Amino acid sequence: MADTNDLLKSAGGKRIDEATGTSTVGHEWDGIEELDTPMPRWWLWSLYATIVWGIAYVILYPAWPMVHGATEGVLGWSSRGQLEQEMQADAKRRAPVMNAIAATAITDLPAKPELMQAAVQGGGAAFRVHCVQCHGAGGAGVRKLYPSLTDDDWLWGGDLATIEYTITHGIRNPDHKATRTSQMPAFGRDGILEPAQIADVVSFVRTISHQEKPGASSARGAAIFEANCSVCHGPAGQGGRQVGAPKLTDAIWLYGGDGASLTATITQPRNGVMPRWGARLDPVTIKMLAAYVYSLGGGEKTPVPAPEGQKVDGQP
Amino acid sequence: MDGLVTKAGGWLALTLLALVMAALAVDAPFAVHMMIVALAALIMLCVTLTRADYSGLLRGLLKMPADQGAYDDDPVRWGVIATIFWGVAGLAVGLYIALQLAFPVLNLGLEYTSFGRLRPLHTSAVIFAFGGNALIATSYYVVQRTCRARLAFPTAARFVFWGYQLFIVLAATGYLMGVTEAREYAEPEWYVDLWLTVVWVVYLTVFVGTIVKRREPHIYVANWFYLSFIITIAMLHIVNNLSVPVTIFGSKSYSAFAGVQDALTQWWYGHNAVAFFLTTPFLAMMYYFVPKQAERPVYSYRLSIIHFWSLIFLYIWAGPHHLHYTALPDWAQTLGMVFSVILWMPSWGGMINGLMTLNGAWDKIRTDPIIRMMVVALAFYGMATFEGPMLSVKAFNSLSHYTEWTIAHVHAGALGWNGMITFAAVYYLVPRLWGLPRLYSLRMVNWHFWLATLGIVFYAASMWVAGIMQGLMWREYGADGYLVYSFAESVAAMHPMYLIRAAGGAMYLAGFLILVYNVWATLAGKVRDEKPMTETPYNAAADRPLAPVPAE
Repeated sequence: MADTNDLLKSAGGKRIDEATGTSTVGHEWDGIEELDTPMPRWWLWSLYATIVWGIAYVILYPAWPMVHGATEGVLGWSSRGQLEQEMQADAKRRAPVMNAIAATAITDLPAKPELMQAAVQGGGAAFRVHCVQCHGAGGAGVRKLYPSLTDDDWLWGGDLATIEYTITHGIRNPDHKATRTSQMPAFGRDGILEPAQIADVVSFVRTISHQEKPGASSARGAAIFEANCSVCHGPAGQGGRQVGAPKLTDAIWLYGGDGASLTATITQPRNGVMPRWGARLDPVTIKMLAAYVYSLGGGEKTPVPAPEGQKVDGQP
Repeated sequence: MDGLVTKAGGWLALTLLALVMAALAVDAPFAVHMMIVALAALIMLCVTLTRADYSGLLRGLLKMPADQGAYDDDPVRWGVIATIFWGVAGLAVGLYIALQLAFPVLNLGLEYTSFGRLRPLHTSAVIFAFGGNALIATSYYVVQRTCRARLAFPTAARFVFWGYQLFIVLAATGYLMGVTEAREYAEPEWYVDLWLTVVWVVYLTVFVGTIVKRREPHIYVANWFYLSFIITIAMLHIVNNLSVPVTIFGSKSYSAFAGVQDALTQWWYGHNAVAFFLTTPFLAMMYYFVPKQAERPVYSYRLSIIHFWSLIFLYIWAGPHHLHYTALPDWAQTLGMVFSVILWMPSWGGMINGLMTLNGAWDKIRTDPIIRMMVVALAFYGMATFEGPMLSVKAFNSLSHYTEWTIAHVHAGALGWNGMITFAAVYYLVPRLWGLPRLYSLRMVNWHFWLATLGIVFYAASMWVAGIMQGLMWREYGADGYLVYSFAESVAAMHPMYLIRAAGGAMYLAGFLILVYNVWATLAGKVRDEKPMTETPYNAAADRPLAPVPAE
């Protein structure tokens, strides 16, 4: 290259490139030359076009910062304005249904299939935002952590009004009077039962849930169960919804039904918590959530009111 | 002698100061970092005192040819080695975190190996360690040759190299220990930022000094691009990292900005890190290595002027497009979008100038795997710089923002453009820097090319699909006007895409490991006995007229 370079310099640098027929600019660095090709027309015109579009856009839309605020654009558009508009339009569209749901007692919803259907849809949407984190995308729960909502094994009750109450007031919210609450004692941790006694109770619970054949251990456990557990879980382990005590006779287990899990639960119970959604969501959304959960498969009919009416604590 | 005492005393004082800082540290990571600084200063003290010819040793170790009064290429050679070393690290971590997204169990339940800490390790390792070393090395190489001058301030040039490695080590170890400013691509804490500022200003001095002492009448276009990179990164780095340390003995600091101003400053920086770290200096590499490898003149001088100035003027305003539909005022979003769209053609100017430089040498795409890498790099550059303006348009952004589409976009740019042009430069440089006749194997370059290209296709295609799927799932409304999917469902839907992406990343890494072997074998002085890349077969037996057969 060196020779050519010298030649180039003596010739003022410029030369015609053979392959393209274009003149070089005349500079040269480490053997690199530059052609004097004009800018491609399409490139230049595209650049101009984007500039023209840009000028038009900044006239139409908010663009230039001033001393106080910015230019607003001749269209008067703003992102907040657009959101407001779209939300209002949607609220207007949904208003008749929402008002109807608001005006209908939750127990009357099933009698109005169209309203019920709308409530289930709306509840499903709210569920996917607020509830899936624990109860799973389809309400199937998380094994050994959060209950499934798709079966008919309810802790606190599965009719519409009860579900609505549970969602509104939450479970074990210490700062809220109307919350669902109860506390299973830590039989093992607090030394209420000896480890051998716990083993017997576990054996009994596994017997009534048909996982074990009756034996000496379960027989001893029956007596301990009668004395310590039946007050909440019922004499036959059928559960007690007043205190959210689960049924122990079926194959559905929140924290596991094997020997080790049962021992762990009796030793130190979880006493699970759920936020009270009444503090965060509006009543119509909660009503729709209840309808959705009710519709997942295990919804129960509204019970005929007992003669003495509501219980003392006001919980249905 | 006095000079030696002063120097050694300085290093000793620095060692002691770092040890004192380590002793007074209020948090463990800061103590670890000060110990690393003390160790570095101690090594410098030993180097100063023993006065052994470390450059000579290193030259022997790395099989560098002795300095023959030629260009000052030692820091370039170190830089090429460092580029390859950090490249392996950065790509491997990238593959690992890709697998973590598909299989969360790979977080291993340890804070140090959690995705949140490994992700900045990956991004910084590939951008700043792999890319940064490639840029410093090639800028030293190119500026000397296009200025016909040795590096100004050789000691300072070496300080830049080693100081930059210290910055990388402090940043990387900091991420693993949970030290972060939580600013994307600017995660290192205040003291590491200060150190980088010192290194960077020295780098600017070396580069400008070399341009000033040039023996050419004009400054070559590659050097404009390198200079825009060094100056603008200094400005971006300083402004974005303005922060107040809680104590000078601790690693925690708080940003000087708050709320949406902080977010805008961060994305002004973040977007221009893409512009002035991943675009302009890599265009500088392109402007030197493409004409050299193709042995053709640059396509258009005029285009290079116009696209350079329009590119650097427009890019600096485009950052707000990262904050569409946020608390950022509408006017700033408008400007971010408008400048991004106008940026389209100036970006493409570089692609045109690169590709059209092959005018008259198009056949080399068939015969030269290095040219092939350059062409694919420019193609991905063109694609990414079309996609960028497109995604900055609000209508597209409302679908693509926060989705894997963004990941597809940056990786098409990073793997396709930055990676490929760097590989091409490394393949160009290695034989020349070490005074060897040629690379160990050109066929291996070809294998690298195909593995990398296919890897990018798998990567980008899977992430495009994933991103569009996410965007559509998030905004899917049912007939009653409610969202159809929960977020968790869109996460579950990503799984197969994450697997394909990891497969693409593995191919890209495999290609890079071929580069490592090829370079290693080249430096070991081996030349692979292989068929040349192109060979038009010559059949001597057929190359003759048919002999007339006399009729019997």
